[in-house]
Amino acid sequence: MTVAIKSTSQPRSPLDVARIRADFPILSRTVNGKPVVYLDNAATSQKPRQVIDAMSAVFEEHNANIHRGVYEFSETTTAAFEGARAKVARFIGARDDSEVIFVRNATEGVNLVAYTWGRDNIKSGDRIISTVLEHHSDFVPWQQLAKDVGAHIVMIDVDDEGRLRRDQLSAELKKGAKLLAITHTSNGLGTVNPIKEIVAEAHAAGATVLVDAAQAVPHTPVDVTDLDCDFLVFSGHKMLAPPGSGAVWARRSLLERMRPFLYGGDMISRVTVEKTEWNELPWKFEAGTSSYVDAIGLGAAVDYLEAVGVAKVHEHELALVAYLLPRLAEVTGITVYGPKTLDDRVGVVSFNIEGIHPHDVATIFDREGVCVRAGHHCNQLLMTRLGVAATTRASFYLYNTTDECDALLGAIDKAKKVFKV
Amino acid sequence: MDDMYRDYILDHYKNPRNQGQLEGATNTYADSNPLCGDELSMALRIEDDRVADVRFNGKGCAISQASASILTEEIKGKTLDEIKAIDRDHILENLGIPISPARIKCALLSLKTLKGAAWGLPAWPDEDEAKARSAGQGR
Repeated sequence: MTVAIKSTSQPRSPLDVARIRADFPILSRTVNGKPVVYLDNAATSQKPRQVIDAMSAVFEEHNANIHRGVYEFSETTTAAFEGARAKVARFIGARDDSEVIFVRNATEGVNLVAYTWGRDNIKSGDRIISTVLEHHSDFVPWQQLAKDVGAHIVMIDVDDEGRLRRDQLSAELKKGAKLLAITHTSNGLGTVNPIKEIVAEAHAAGATVLVDAAQAVPHTPVDVTDLDCDFLVFSGHKMLAPPGSGAVWARRSLLERMRPFLYGGDMISRVTVEKTEWNELPWKFEAGTSSYVDAIGLGAAVDYLEAVGVAKVHEHELALVAYLLPRLAEVTGITVYGPKTLDDRVGVVSFNIEGIHPHDVATIFDREGVCVRAGHHCNQLLMTRLGVAATTRASFYLYNTTDECDALLGAIDKAKKVFKV
Repeated sequence: MDDMYRDYILDHYKNPRNQGQLEGATNTYADSNPLCGDELSMALRIEDDRVADVRFNGKGCAISQASASILTEEIKGKTLDEIKAIDRDHILENLGIPISPARIKCALLSLKTLKGAAWGLPAWPDEDEAKARSAGQGR
């Protein structure tokens, strides 16, 4: 394997990682007697004290249901919840806070769009363009919708480095498509798609574009106004916030014409026996009591990431990739999947060790305190394309260090010794 | 660590016993474990209610493949009733290593496949595919 790191010198991290790590209580834990080396950030991130405290404060100081009570606790909690929405909107470059709908996660976001906009706009014979990089959450909802209405799914391949086949995408867009549902950043390989260019091309071809930004918003600056996409979804738990928080962003003009996703309380303005009128945006899409504490946690996570700087987080992760890749290349029997350069990627490194199944790799790593993901990463289409059943995946975040890369390399060495390969 | 990947486990993984095709198989069954992507098929030749011969084929992690190899060695010559009586504790005891909860399915795929073959099943009864798969999902 040849690894071409394009920059001439080792990139330096712009972050004060020791200071950041001090904010994450869990990082001082040990696993099997070894300091925990948490390299499964593409699955979920750890949480800083600031996020934990923001959530505790709700429970300890002013918990009450939002949008309902006419008393101080409810008003304080509602303000914190809506304040979190404003933070999220600003963070992703939305012009209008009411274009941000809180959902449990990116998966729920895609389903919201599929069940509302999708069912009203995608008809028999229509084409939906997807890619082999999609996480199951941005593929299965469209596959099932296509089945139900008689639409066609068109798949776009990647090249051998895991980069999207733009030539194929252009050719398929020219044939026409109702929707392009595409990931911003691959959870399996770390590839970053040139979404802005792709959106412009798709719009020119008349397609609506949904962007799965679950791996993008936590790791790289994302600006929906700049991208000019139609829908964008992401999860909070991958960006320092609690599970149960996440958002769909969509243009106001689209949201206004869409029917609600879930029906019930809080999403109505007037109910009679004969009919119901919907609440204004964004609450039309937030039926029932929202996970408001999780959303407030997401707001605190946005504060944290803004204070650090997401562009710096990305730079930091690339420095770790630049450290790890050449060292991985020196290990015999290692196959690295995905981009071999620092261009258009995030801190995800997927690999296999010859002669050892990824699950055995992860089990041995665990004894060394090293947490990685082994499996298909909810990316079975990509695994099929790569010709493997599974890979081992290390994924970085702002608190990881080159020492932890060394721990990973040490764990690989240990696995090879155990398996005598 | 080494208590899980003991030499005999790795030996069965690298040099599987009774692997290959079985001429004149009377009972066959194949299954998979979506968590690991483990795949296993088991072929039995039953004569006079006894296992005259057995072969397995598969790919996957060391635990799933070693478990299958060890099991095939054990069941030759056993009656169908004896095979149907083999339970999960027996398999885990035979493996003789501590298996973490996340890896139990790997260890028991061999048993599931053997039972399917022994009972002559076309597919596992009441298998909830979604439930089986949910264990391996997540970003």
